[in-house]
Amino acid sequence: MIAFIIRRVLQAVVVMLVISLVVFAIKNQFGDPVRDLVGERVTPEERQQIADKMGLNDPFFVQYGRFVKNAVTQGDLGRSFLYNKPNLEVIANHAPATIELVLGTALIIIVLSLPLGVYCALKPRSWLSRFTMSFSTLGVSMPVFLTAILLIYLFAVHWRILPSYGRGETVDLFGNGIWMTGLLTVDGLKHLILPCISLSTLMLPLFIRLIRSEMMEVLETEYIKYAWAKGLSPRRVWLVHAFKNTLLPVITVFGVQIGIMFAFTLLTELVFQWPGMGFMFLEAVNRADLSLLIAYLVVVAALFVVVNTVVDILYGFINPTVRITGTK
Amino acid sequence: MPSLLEVRDLEVKFALRSGNIKAIDGVSFQLDPGERMGLVGESGAGKSVTGFAIINLISKPGFISRGSIHFEGKEISAYSFEKMRKIRGNRISMIFQDPMMTLNPVYTIGFQMIETLRAHRDMSKSEARAIALEKLKLVQMPSPEKRLDQYPHELSGGMRQRIIIAISLLADPAIIIADEPTTALDVTIQAEIMDLLQELCEKQKMGLILITHDLGVVSQVTEKIAVMYAGKIIEYGPTETVVHHPVHPYTIGLIGSIPGSIEPGRDLKQIPGMMPTLTNIPPGCAFNPRCELAADICTRQTPVLEEKQNGIMAACHMK
Ligand SMILES: Nc1ncnc2c1ncn2[C@@H]1O[C@H](COP(=O)(O)OP(=O)(O)OP(=O)(O)O)[C@@H](O)[C@H]1O
Ligand code: SF4
Ligand SMILES: [Mg+2]
Repeated sequence: MIAFIIRRVLQAVVVMLVISLVVFAIKNQFGDPVRDLVGERVTPEERQQIADKMGLNDPFFVQYGRFVKNAVTQGDLGRSFLYNKPNLEVIANHAPATIELVLGTALIIIVLSLPLGVYCALKPRSWLSRFTMSFSTLGVSMPVFLTAILLIYLFAVHWRILPSYGRGETVDLFGNGIWMTGLLTVDGLKHLILPCISLSTLMLPLFIRLIRSEMMEVLETEYIKYAWAKGLSPRRVWLVHAFKNTLLPVITVFGVQIGIMFAFTLLTELVFQWPGMGFMFLEAVNRADLSLLIAYLVVVAALFVVVNTVVDILYGFINPTVRITGTK
Repeated sequence: MPSLLEVRDLEVKFALRSGNIKAIDGVSFQLDPGERMGLVGESGAGKSVTGFAIINLISKPGFISRGSIHFEGKEISAYSFEKMRKIRGNRISMIFQDPMMTLNPVYTIGFQMIETLRAHRDMSKSEARAIALEKLKLVQMPSPEKRLDQYPHELSGGMRQRIIIAISLLADPAIIIADEPTTALDVTIQAEIMDLLQELCEKQKMGLILITHDLGVVSQVTEKIAVMYAGKIIEYGPTETVVHHPVHPYTIGLIGSIPGSIEPGRDLKQIPGMMPTLTNIPPGCAFNPRCELAADICTRQTPVLEEKQNGIMAACHMK
């Protein structure tokens, strides 16, 4: 198991290196760090001097090595001229909002898709299954911003029971100003509801369908038929034998999708004026803050890789087949 | 002595979109305590469906549409789910064809054995574990203790089939239904597993319904044979007699022209032509398009299973 974890983490590191290389190449190609630093009003000679001093004329891989070293040892991902702060700090200020949004959404997806997917597989002809399946078709085909606007109209404008923008009241989670959380106040939680629902409409139907079809497939297997032949109770056959085998492929997809979701918050954050990384990204695009954009890409990629690695390791714990090949 | 299992006039249908098709048509047989019966016939004859019908586990959309199944004197074919559940894996066990697919890949052998016992007996995990271990020893499993904590994929096909046999023995059943228990295994392992199964049935006085294509195995292991064709039993009698002096033209074709040379591993002979699919069974005797003896009456009237010479039952107009 330990060998499996180590291998999986090494894989993640390699992936991060490749991503950083690509990102760095882009930055190298299009970026203008001198302008980011001192603006347009310097003479070409001064520019050249500054570039020399910053090592911008060094060979590509020397620069890349420095980039990685700074990023890893000092968490230095460059400076944002828009915010006039280190990029990482800007991102760190916006990350909690996005992470909490994704967490809330993931929670909604898990809590709803598991029972609904399993139920739809077990009782495909019941009215609840039919309703769920048609509703999920609707959910998949509806664009996120439309869902969001509809939700805002109903809950915020028409019934006036939920707020429609911002994070509401936040408190300092660790007492050091790094993580402002909305999870601990009623107002913050209220503000989370609509954005999370609208973000979940994208993937919830997908997961209900995935769990349903995986479960149906598992129910047809020989080992399930054998479980019946052994005289086990329906609860045991469904929830012990079929469920775990259903879950295995679902967990993998879940990991990937939650990772992807960090990139998908963009639209939701825009509609709900959610001060997260997606919102920050749009601002950076607007103001052509390339340095910040690059840093954002690195961070989102890192989040994606971390989520995937954690999920894969979790998967290894559940699936005995993986564990064995991992220790060999 | 009342028989242990008595299947009478069993009919199984599958509800397809195009209408109901009859897969089993009026099958009757009985099994005495400790008796071993072979169920043979070409692919699609209805052997597996018959086996599963006994424990009411026909795959959807199949259902028992007629007939009765008496087990230990009680008619069980219309039992509620819960009453039937208490028979499955407890009084009547099944062994499936492919041991690679039969065990759940994500649970240990011990887990899958213990849960079976605890589904039928009120006992603690450690008590169940002790019985599981005892049964693993009974099937001559090497290092049985270690197996309990292993996962199915860590074991070979032969070992897994031993495990399945051990599982089927857990609750000391009255009958084991084995559906081609060795077809998926290496030839060298096949004989081992069959010998084991036969020995266990004899020693523990268990009834056995052995579904197989292997004539050699049937003649070695069983005491009587039912030959199936297109959902019907067309010949039924003591193994000795059926194998050496078959009556029905189909059985004669299956066994071949040289009776007496039946050794293990010998498959049923190929008969020219194909068994009809269930949707276009010819009128009269279903075998008539392939039968050399077929006469006029064979296309008009369905022959019934009746006693012929030397105690064999057969369904044929010409014998
Ligand atoms: N799930 C099902 N749906 C529809 N028809 C089925 C189903 N299962 C079995 N049948 C029908 O029942 C017939 C008998 O099937 P069965 O599995 O009993 O054959 P068998 O004698 O066991 O053959 P084999 O030697 O290949 O195992 C088949 O010809 C098939 O048409
Ligand atoms: S009834 Fe007729 S067709 Fe059928 S087996 Fe006998 S002789 Fe052949
Ligand atoms: Mg079969």
